Amino acid sequence: MFDIVIIGAGVTGSAIARELSRYQYDTLVLDRNSDVCEGTSKANSGIVHAGFDSEPGSMMAKMNVRGNAMMEQLSRDLDFPFKRNGSLVLCFDAQDMDKLEKLLEKGKKNGVPGIRILSKEEIRELEPNVTKDVAAALYAPTGGIVCPFGLTIAMAENACENGVKFRFDTEVLNIVHKEGGYLLETSKGLVESKLVINAAGVYADKFHNMVSDEKIRIIPRKGEYCLMDKKVGDYVTSTIFQLPTIYGKGVLITPTVHGNLLTGPTAVDIEDKENTQTTQEGLEDLLKRAALSVPQMPVRQIITSFTGLRAHWTGHEFIIKEVEGAPGFIDVAGIESPGLSSSPAIGEYVAQLVQGIYPMGKKEDFVAVRKGIPNVAEASFEERQELIKKNPAYANVVCRCEVVTEGEIMDAIHRPLGATTLDGIKRRTRAGMGRCQSGFCAPKTVEILARELGKDISEITKSGEGSNYLTGYNKEGM
Amino acid sequence: MKTEIAIIGGGPAGLAAAVAARKAGVEDILIIERDNELGGILNQCIHNGFGLHTFKEELTGPEYAQRYIREVEELQIPYMLHTIVVDIGEDKVITVMNKERGMFRIEAKAVILAMGCRERSRGALNIPGFRPAGIYSAGTAQRYVNMEGRMPGRKVVILGSGDIGLIMARRMTLEGAQVQVVAELMPYSGGLKRNIVQCLDDYNIPLKLSHTVIDIKGKKRVEGVTLARVDENRRPIPGTEEYYECDTLLLSCGLIPENELSSQMGVALNPVTSGPVVNESLETNVEGVFACGNVLHVHDLVDYVSGEAKMAGENAAAYVKGQLPKAGREIPLKGENGVRYTVPCMVDTERMAEKQIVRFRVGDVYKDSYLGVYYNDRCISRAKKKVMAPGEMEQITLLKSKLQEAGDLESITIRIEPEEGKVSGSGAEVEKKGAEKASGEQE
Repeated sequence: MFDIVIIGAGVTGSAIARELSRYQYDTLVLDRNSDVCEGTSKANSGIVHAGFDSEPGSMMAKMNVRGNAMMEQLSRDLDFPFKRNGSLVLCFDAQDMDKLEKLLEKGKKNGVPGIRILSKEEIRELEPNVTKDVAAALYAPTGGIVCPFGLTIAMAENACENGVKFRFDTEVLNIVHKEGGYLLETSKGLVESKLVINAAGVYADKFHNMVSDEKIRIIPRKGEYCLMDKKVGDYVTSTIFQLPTIYGKGVLITPTVHGNLLTGPTAVDIEDKENTQTTQEGLEDLLKRAALSVPQMPVRQIITSFTGLRAHWTGHEFIIKEVEGAPGFIDVAGIESPGLSSSPAIGEYVAQLVQGIYPMGKKEDFVAVRKGIPNVAEASFEERQELIKKNPAYANVVCRCEVVTEGEIMDAIHRPLGATTLDGIKRRTRAGMGRCQSGFCAPKTVEILARELGKDISEITKSGEGSNYLTGYNKEGM
Repeated sequence: MKTEIAIIGGGPAGLAAAVAARKAGVEDILIIERDNELGGILNQCIHNGFGLHTFKEELTGPEYAQRYIREVEELQIPYMLHTIVVDIGEDKVITVMNKERGMFRIEAKAVILAMGCRERSRGALNIPGFRPAGIYSAGTAQRYVNMEGRMPGRKVVILGSGDIGLIMARRMTLEGAQVQVVAELMPYSGGLKRNIVQCLDDYNIPLKLSHTVIDIKGKKRVEGVTLARVDENRRPIPGTEEYYECDTLLLSCGLIPENELSSQMGVALNPVTSGPVVNESLETNVEGVFACGNVLHVHDLVDYVSGEAKMAGENAAAYVKGQLPKAGREIPLKGENGVRYTVPCMVDTERMAEKQIVRFRVGDVYKDSYLGVYYNDRCISRAKKKVMAPGEMEQITLLKSKLQEAGDLESITIRIEPEEGKVSGSGAEVEKKGAEKASGEQE
């Protein structure tokens, strides 16, 4: 029997796993996908919100502001890319100034440092590509951008190095409360645990409802995005939000921490929790809305589009508590925006909750730091020479758009919780994330994966079972 | 290390440029190739049809490449394989990496850009739908089938009628796949006529013009795609949707010259071709930096690449030997009325060869039209063309003697004209009602 089972290896589950790995618990993370970061955590804005948006006193506000404050140190400890680029909420109509003021007030109440209102001139000086039709903006210097994969993978790896176990391709089918814990029926057999933490994103309602009569409903709120080439990554430097107008909530435009330009998300509530498809209407709507902030957005530089599903709870608040009538079953549900920003704080908070329910001593040998994969693209001439001396594979560029080497791909495979799929390699090294979108490097990456994992290339998948990259040999089935 | 001429890329353009530069008397040449063999993308083009112009015989891609590789070997031109250029400065200092020697710098007197192009991806096309396995650019599929003997799929839909897509429709059929349809957004094909006949018609594969993919189904692997007819603004027409069950979507929707390195070193690009702006010597705005092949503009036939590269090689040789006169007054070349661009973009009448070939592509299908060449406003030639199409490169030849006779010109213009006009000296006989439609699609 495990002490704790965490359902879901997204950013929330990984943050919790990492915080729990400080203690002597026997912890297991289950995920139905073949890798960490396969759900909502892989398809979002990558924003570390300053924290002015949420209602003062709410869990969302508390977790966001705390998470934001933790992010910088965490990024150094766990070696993932994070940058405080500041954020702007644009107000297009002088009549909406009161709304902007209200947002400022909320921010102050939430304890967001340094926020203030900028004039049109100040905005245009900061962001020359922003529309001339802007009236004013709320500026939050602590707003930031993070690599959502980098953050999730770093926390999961660190948890793994500190003893947390992970089981992938394992779907939880049913949960039964029994004496002293829970029995989880999974696609790979039974698992017993004293405590269960439900960090299942859009499926958190399903697991909650298995153990509670107080049913909840998590609605997948679909958001479509377009990502643009690094050539135009400096088109804006801050994250540009829009003040909600009568036309809707608005979309953001932001540089990514890797130097691309990103716009999104739309917001459409849907039924199907698997519906991550982009749509023509969605993408068109997105670009139209983005043009309100940045009229000349370089849409010809779009290199890909994608959809994420926010785990929206009808009460619009993070549910982080032990479920009533289900002792030892902790919900971490409704983790929509600002969930990514809040994740480190959620991890910390849940660890405290667990300590309250089932106290356990700290590990003496907990390792708080983790070193990421060397980044050849960003290394200096001398650093590269150094790396190549260690392993000549760091000189063999596989992904030419993002300058990712064979050495980095091999690292990604052989690390704790190493990549086993093309998408896994992509999220760990950026191979295939550039302008050619893996046209040139995918065959080489498949080859390296097969070689390093001792498999045939026909067994290599894009994202786990059923997503095989190749279908067989020539002339087969003729 | 140092070299007189560094050639970035060992594909057809780089090889022909190297051979020409050596034959022009430059000893110190270095070809830098990122792949594990010379020949570039020709190595995976195992179909025939190459070399009809250059060698007057029909060769496969690898055979065509081999002719040049053999020459490079015989002339003992040095080359580095598995070597990637990570940076080129304006000072022509090239930073490269390879497994054998690590990271190091090469100082070159002249540089020939011959990096080729890449295929437009699904993302750049912004095709809606899921993002499963089973979506490949036609070239990636070609590499798998022809070089690895592996099938990327069994039941195939192809979007885009570029030449690689057409070639792959036949190739995958021959290897046992079921190619259901080729859809093309434009009302005409982007590929060569001969490929449509030999690769689609001969195998009863339908070509649906004015159609596009509006949805991709399948969470893990492609399960099907939805096609729809598009209107004249290339917008899908509701009610025309057709669902095709398939496990693979191949994309052959245009090629984009790979000029990230060129931009790094300050080379100016032409927004129409996405290739460098070059003069008659195929020299870019950075002195001593030349460009040829698909990095300059996307070619339809490799034979033209070789010819162009030969010229770049000879000019680079002249440059390092101090025999290329400094660029003087350059007359801009303009394309109008459906002529989308020209290569070169300008000519210096002192530096040009006696016969200067100007290549270009047209933006639409033109039947029984005329190609007019103008010195300023004066039409100096007009030739009837039965068919001109975006998929086939066109060319005219400028004569140095004629240009020098004409004196100081403001511009030379190439136009498509619907009717036979008068070739005159007055410059007043320009037909204006031509069907202008510069699509801008090819980047």
